[in-house]
Amino acid sequence: MNNVGLLTIFMLSIFVGFEVISKVSAVLHTPLMSGANAIHGVILVGAILITGTASGGVQLTLGLVAVVLATANMVGGFVVTDRMLEMFKGRGKAAKAASKGAAGEAGPASSAAPATDRPAS
Amino acid sequence: MSTATQVAYLFTALCFILALKGLSSPKHARNGNLIGALGATVAVVVTVAQRHLGHRVPIIVAIVAGVIVAVPAARMVKMTAIPQMVAMFNGVGGGAAMLVALDEFLRLHKVDSTAAAIAVAFTAIVGSVSFTGSLITFAKLQELMTGRPILVPGARVVTPLVGLGAVGCGIVAIATASHASGSVTFLVICTVLALGLGVLFVLPVGGADVPVVISLLNAFTGLTVAASGYVLDNTLLIVAGTLVGASGTMLTLLMARAMGRSITGVLFGAFSGSSTAGSTDEVVSSDRAVKSAGADDIAILLAYARKVAIVPGYGLAVAQAQHTIRELVDLLESRGVEVFYAIHPVAGRMPGHMNVLLAEANVPYEQLKEMDDANPEFSSTDVAVVVGANDVVNPAARDSVGSPIYGMPILNVDEATNVVFMKRSMRPGFAGIDNALLYHPKTTLFFGDAKDSLSKLVAAVKAI
Repeated sequence: MNNVGLLTIFMLSIFVGFEVISKVSAVLHTPLMSGANAIHGVILVGAILITGTASGGVQLTLGLVAVVLATANMVGGFVVTDRMLEMFKGRGKAAKAASKGAAGEAGPASSAAPATDRPAS
Repeated sequence: MSTATQVAYLFTALCFILALKGLSSPKHARNGNLIGALGATVAVVVTVAQRHLGHRVPIIVAIVAGVIVAVPAARMVKMTAIPQMVAMFNGVGGGAAMLVALDEFLRLHKVDSTAAAIAVAFTAIVGSVSFTGSLITFAKLQELMTGRPILVPGARVVTPLVGLGAVGCGIVAIATASHASGSVTFLVICTVLALGLGVLFVLPVGGADVPVVISLLNAFTGLTVAASGYVLDNTLLIVAGTLVGASGTMLTLLMARAMGRSITGVLFGAFSGSSTAGSTDEVVSSDRAVKSAGADDIAILLAYARKVAIVPGYGLAVAQAQHTIRELVDLLESRGVEVFYAIHPVAGRMPGHMNVLLAEANVPYEQLKEMDDANPEFSSTDVAVVVGANDVVNPAARDSVGSPIYGMPILNVDEATNVVFMKRSMRPGFAGIDNALLYHPKTTLFFGDAKDSLSKLVAAVKAI
């Protein structure tokens, strides 16, 4: 693609990037940072492409190390973000698991059960 | 590149936009993340499946190796250690971008454009800074090194020199890219200097400001990915990298605002000697009189209060006491005490971190009050219990103009009738600043590990 075409994509992406997260509650700052972090793990595609055309040991080694690192970035990023968000959503399941755990420690914890059964919004 | 591949990349780019959009609202956040993961998977599968791809087997082995390392790490990391995990993943992403740039430069005669050479040098420099910078933030958060700002002697001179050296070598490498084999040497020197720059750049940042730096480095890595996309003529990398660069910059500004800090103050505060949180060595006046009490006294204070505020901080998280505090709160509520949690935006180690931790303990949303909602409540609160927090309730941020944290929005716990601090010791908070509220007559200290102390309190309240 020509340079102007690439520049167009670049500029439009900047605006989309700003626009998409212009209002976000502080509660979600950490998951959002982590999610964006996972997305730039897509450098993996670049690492694969460049390794695929490598000639010689140095190029191949650099490329393969990049593939390992980029995979860690991408996969780890998405998994860790999901773990964080799991805490926010699906509270029904989490509540059961936790009350089981808490029941062992203390009985009175169950007195607040009605409050936690309310669906998370 | 085949049309099918390009369509798949377009699909992935759209997934990423939807992912960021979803992550900005509590309702759709989890789905947003899954959509992002789906898009990324499609892009990787399509890329690996390309007909002309060489070295397919080693590539697949490398991907599997990356998965084997990352998934258990991400699964097993404690919720309290999330910030450093994010820093680490960001760092390896920056490292990957840097390696891709170096690899690309080795065959630049195929690219033969100055613009591409510039993009490669940019990626090498910024990717390197992101890589080592993230490793230093990791070390700070993991407490492998002090959270206080570290000023390398002569850093005021050395840091800019290293930066200029890196850029200079980068320029020479660009200028000689197409005709001299020595250009590779220059790019390698440029990369090494940039790696050093990343270290020098993050060392002087105070512990409390580290999350802002992680977010900034995250945006940096995004931009390097976009630059790599330009070199490889790959629109997906351009879109994804730019999205992260732009949204990461935005997020950095939002975070800094939530902490009442300016970006320049965060990055260069230590150099001007005044404004980085924790840059000053205020005397920790451990010899000043404090009032401390045992579990029984505090249990009585709480059990007969009308309204109690809980202010959780990182100490609560470290002690894994979120379940115990919930137990105490339930117990108090069953006695008719009105209880709410006051959550500072940067409680924990990152914005929103505390909400994640309390959600893990199934604390109902209705009891969580954000700072703006919580502050008007303190004047009618009988007891404010501060568990393992310090800087976010330090009145110096409001009253003392010279304080390093002056201007940071805080929770006004000093307006409550009584304040109970649960602390391990008199050690100051992460920012390293003494808190005058600890010595106030209305303040009672309860020393000990947050979880132990809370368990004792639970037992004491039950005994009443």
